[in-house]
Amino acid sequence: MQLDRRLLRQARAVRLEVGLTVGLGLLAGALLVGQAYFLSQTIGQVFLGGATLRQVRPWLLAVVVLALVRALLVWGSEQTAQRAAGRVKHELRERLFARLLALGPAYVHGERSGELVNTTVEGIEALDAYFRHYLPQLALAALVPLLILAVVFPQDWLSGLVLLLTAPLLPIFMILIGHLAQTVTRRQWASLSLMSAHFLDVLQGLTTLKLLGRSREQVRTIAEISDRFRRSTMGVLRVTFLSALVLEMVSTIGTALVAVQIGLRLLYGRLSFTESFLVLLLAPEFYLPLRTLGARFHAGVAGVAAAQRIFEVLGPTAEAPPPLPTRPPPAPSRCGPILTSTLAFQQVSYTYEAGRHPAVHGLSFEIKVGETVALVGPSGAGKSTIASLLLRFIEPDAGMITVDGRALSDYPPEVWRAQVSWVPQTPYLFYGSVADNIRLARPEATLDEIAWAARQAHAHPFIEALPQGYDTIIGERGMRLSGGEAQRLALARAFLKDAPLVILDEATAHLDPETEDLIQLSIERLIQGRTAVIIAHRLRTVSRVDRILVIHRGQVVEEGSHPVLVEQGGWYARLVGAYLRSSAP
Amino acid sequence: MNDPFRQLLRRTAPLLHGMILAALLGVATIASGIGLMATSAYLIARAALHPSIADLQVAIVGVRFFGIARGLFRYAERYVSHEVTFRLLARLRVWFYQALEPLAPARLIQRRSGDLLARIVADIETLENIYLRVLAPPLVALLVSALAALLLGRFDSRLAFVLLSLLAAAGLGLPLLIRALSRSVGAQMVAVRAELNSRVLDGIQGIADLLAFGYEPHYLAQVRHTSQRWEHLQRSMARLSGLHGALMGLLMSLAVWAVLSLAIPLVSARRMDGLYLAMIATIVLSSFEAVLPLPQALQWLENSLESARRLFQLVDERPAVLDPEQPAHLVSTPHLRVEGLRFAYTPDGPLVLDDIRFDLPAGKHLGIVGPSGAGKTTLIHLLLRFWEYEGSILLNGKELSAYRQEEVRRHMAVVSQRTHLFNATIRENLLLARPEAIEAEMIEAARQAQIHDWVQSLPQAYETPVGELGVRLSAGQRQQIAIARAFLKGAPILLLDEPTVHLDPLTEVQIVHALQALMQGRTVVNITHRLNSLESADEVLVLNAGRIIERGRHADLIQQGGFYQRLWTLQNDILRPA
Repeated sequence: MQLDRRLLRQARAVRLEVGLTVGLGLLAGALLVGQAYFLSQTIGQVFLGGATLRQVRPWLLAVVVLALVRALLVWGSEQTAQRAAGRVKHELRERLFARLLALGPAYVHGERSGELVNTTVEGIEALDAYFRHYLPQLALAALVPLLILAVVFPQDWLSGLVLLLTAPLLPIFMILIGHLAQTVTRRQWASLSLMSAHFLDVLQGLTTLKLLGRSREQVRTIAEISDRFRRSTMGVLRVTFLSALVLEMVSTIGTALVAVQIGLRLLYGRLSFTESFLVLLLAPEFYLPLRTLGARFHAGVAGVAAAQRIFEVLGPTAEAPPPLPTRPPPAPSRCGPILTSTLAFQQVSYTYEAGRHPAVHGLSFEIKVGETVALVGPSGAGKSTIASLLLRFIEPDAGMITVDGRALSDYPPEVWRAQVSWVPQTPYLFYGSVADNIRLARPEATLDEIAWAARQAHAHPFIEALPQGYDTIIGERGMRLSGGEAQRLALARAFLKDAPLVILDEATAHLDPETEDLIQLSIERLIQGRTAVIIAHRLRTVSRVDRILVIHRGQVVEEGSHPVLVEQGGWYARLVGAYLRSSAP
Repeated sequence: MNDPFRQLLRRTAPLLHGMILAALLGVATIASGIGLMATSAYLIARAALHPSIADLQVAIVGVRFFGIARGLFRYAERYVSHEVTFRLLARLRVWFYQALEPLAPARLIQRRSGDLLARIVADIETLENIYLRVLAPPLVALLVSALAALLLGRFDSRLAFVLLSLLAAAGLGLPLLIRALSRSVGAQMVAVRAELNSRVLDGIQGIADLLAFGYEPHYLAQVRHTSQRWEHLQRSMARLSGLHGALMGLLMSLAVWAVLSLAIPLVSARRMDGLYLAMIATIVLSSFEAVLPLPQALQWLENSLESARRLFQLVDERPAVLDPEQPAHLVSTPHLRVEGLRFAYTPDGPLVLDDIRFDLPAGKHLGIVGPSGAGKTTLIHLLLRFWEYEGSILLNGKELSAYRQEEVRRHMAVVSQRTHLFNATIRENLLLARPEAIEAEMIEAARQAQIHDWVQSLPQAYETPVGELGVRLSAGQRQQIAIARAFLKGAPILLLDEPTVHLDPLTEVQIVHALQALMQGRTVVNITHRLNSLESADEVLVLNAGRIIERGRHADLIQQGGFYQRLWTLQNDILRPA
């Protein structure tokens, strides 16, 4: 049976709703028995007692009245089931999302992000059927047959015995075949998605195929692969459909057995007609809840599979979720600057994956307040890791980062981040208006303040030119901005935030000269009067900063101002020289 | 585009035999259920009259037969209907591919939505279920209803009429009623679901920005709010969809009540034997099994129609380019000449290219530079004959449109910004460029692209699977595969569309050598951002906003002090690790 310990713990929070669902379902089952009783009475009295419609009308009416009440109960149980599922899903979704935010960008990166989005939306929805249908049905599949047995036994113990003995066959066969079918089905699903992947692959590569003149012959390949899949799948389905066969067989043969043996005993006068007819009407209803459970087996499997991934992400702390900050941390202006003299890395090491090369290793350097420092080095040298450490997206494996001599880890991350403005190469644009995207930096900012920040970043003119100005919707489903425009929005965010420390990743994208100039100007304006760490890619930038740290293989290999480093003729001089030499006319 | 449903049915027509068989088996399954209950009821009623046991034999055989037959019919029905579904799947894919192939790539590029293709695959998967979930249930319901009505009609036609009306109410009226009631909630649900999706997607992909700006508590509150709205809507929906299960049972009981209310007076009037009352009641009860899946079928019908509409809309588009009826043939080494070329993606849209002209004799190299959005890639697409154009593109003195598209492309090799690798082996990915190439030729091409040594270092060498299901190639290696393909294809015209733009500087240096070797002896259109690679170009065009703003040789352009010179300064400003 598909019962997951952690899912059941979730169910405990909604036990009232689940209990009501089961209770209402059981009550509906009892009314069904009542309907069968009145129906058998009606027919028995007319058939053998010669009663007229007038005489049996109360009995017949009772069937309809019970049906009416039953309809209310069935409707009610759907509502309580939905409530249970809805509450569990809402609660888990919020916890999962909060957990992802807490795990941070180091966990939620690149390729994994698609899968995590899927888990947070689709995965949680997969629990809907589990809580709404599977879990209550599990209880009903045990209770309703018992209820019917309790009615049948006093009427006719032999029929009761037939039902009692055949009933366990259903779950037993279901589990037996289910296990067999599950493994084959899983394999088959894998090959189905493989086939879909092939089709998608061909569609995605259609331009390539066309350019190489190979697009038409793909028709044959697609037909062949689909056909091969059909033949192998049908081979497998021959087995898995056995479960449907057994589910049907046990219940129909059980019903047939009951019918034949009560028929024979009726013949010898050992049973009355109404008793017999009641038992016959109840026989299929006895098997129905078990068969329904069989049909909902899949919901159970899917729910547990989804739950596994959800609880994996929630981790061991899933038991007691950490209290979530309901209010944003105080703005920097209110808690005062933290950084007043120096920011220092002391022998800091960090490795992304165990067994891999450390991204930074024994890294030490100091930055004085008000200083502008450039990080320079080949890609993969560790520059981005330094930025992530500064932003506390990751924490050092060894060594420490200090602020004015105090460990950075003494401050809660959100308090520290309130001191930092971050300007990435490609900022993420959220689905929403331009104004909202800038406002991210300071949620309480007025429109005037936002426009002011946009002007500082030279973003105001292009925003004004958008169809709805600051209200233009951008992001995945909205208007697309060019690389240069997105960068200026990121700068506007930094201006609006007005934090004392700026971390900036200079863009390498190829823009037209005018845009480049505008961005350079706003960067200069932004870092004025602030402490700045720039991951630099441009000569113009490095020649202007106070100090350059040359990073190579996770360590500082050279340090100094541009003229001094060029003079030294070391790593940096080669870095700058290489390009100038190679491009000399 | 006419009625998508009819078009869809036309696609399924060749599988008609299988569908009819499956539907009949479906009818037989439910009919066996009715038969089991009806013969059982008859058996009991008959036995209650205490006849001799021989009189019961036929009924007993019937009960046993139906008891066993139902499971067997169900099995056969499942088997046949899935066989039909899989055959349908193969047909739909082949048909769709054939319809889409002439539209690529122009009509696909135009819809820049990245997940368009994934959407197509999902849509086709929805349609694959059209028989199983949409066509079969109503057909089976109809036939079973007719059968049940026929059985009751033997006693009195009013019984049949009452049963049919209540079956129709349950199978047709109820789903339609619920759909009408839930339409507005349903529409809201689609919107809120999309919003929830994009909020979660944004939150996860933009997590660094959220944390850096301390916005996460606000964002979490937004997600909570959307999730709450989603839950409320689901609750409203449950209120309506819950009506189905509730009213279905009620209608079933009403049917029994109505039929018995008509039948009992018949018995009293001796126009019908009371023996059959129990049987009639069970027939009524078990015939409702046929209408149970209809609400689901209605929902699937809507989904299928939506998918079909999207697919047909795409397929019904005219190809961007048609082949001439009497195509010209290319013979000698090609000479490319462009005059007064203009282009816009839509008739009244902005000009993407305006008054482009150049002359490129065989073996010469043309460089093109400009900021993104200047129209460079569009120019390459026009040369590849993806679109119709205004003005002239002359290949050996004849208009490009005088040749067949395949003929034009046979003479051109392309290395673009990103290379698509198929989920196949490295060998298969290379040989796409020339399937008849022998081993030595393939290895020579790989060697020239400087990827042979790396391939040899893999355990399975050229048989290594690549792409999503195999080894992941770096961006640089993918470009090297593209270069090897171009070598293998051996076309005289080479079109380069910023092949190194997505590479880091170190990798770029490695690729540049292979590219230089590829350019040797070919006619080249080279779009690039690496201005120092244009030193040897015979002419350089500077494109901005679709127009040529400067042209000349690299050395002269640097002296001119214009746009090109500023780009050059900018480029020299960039630090490049040695």
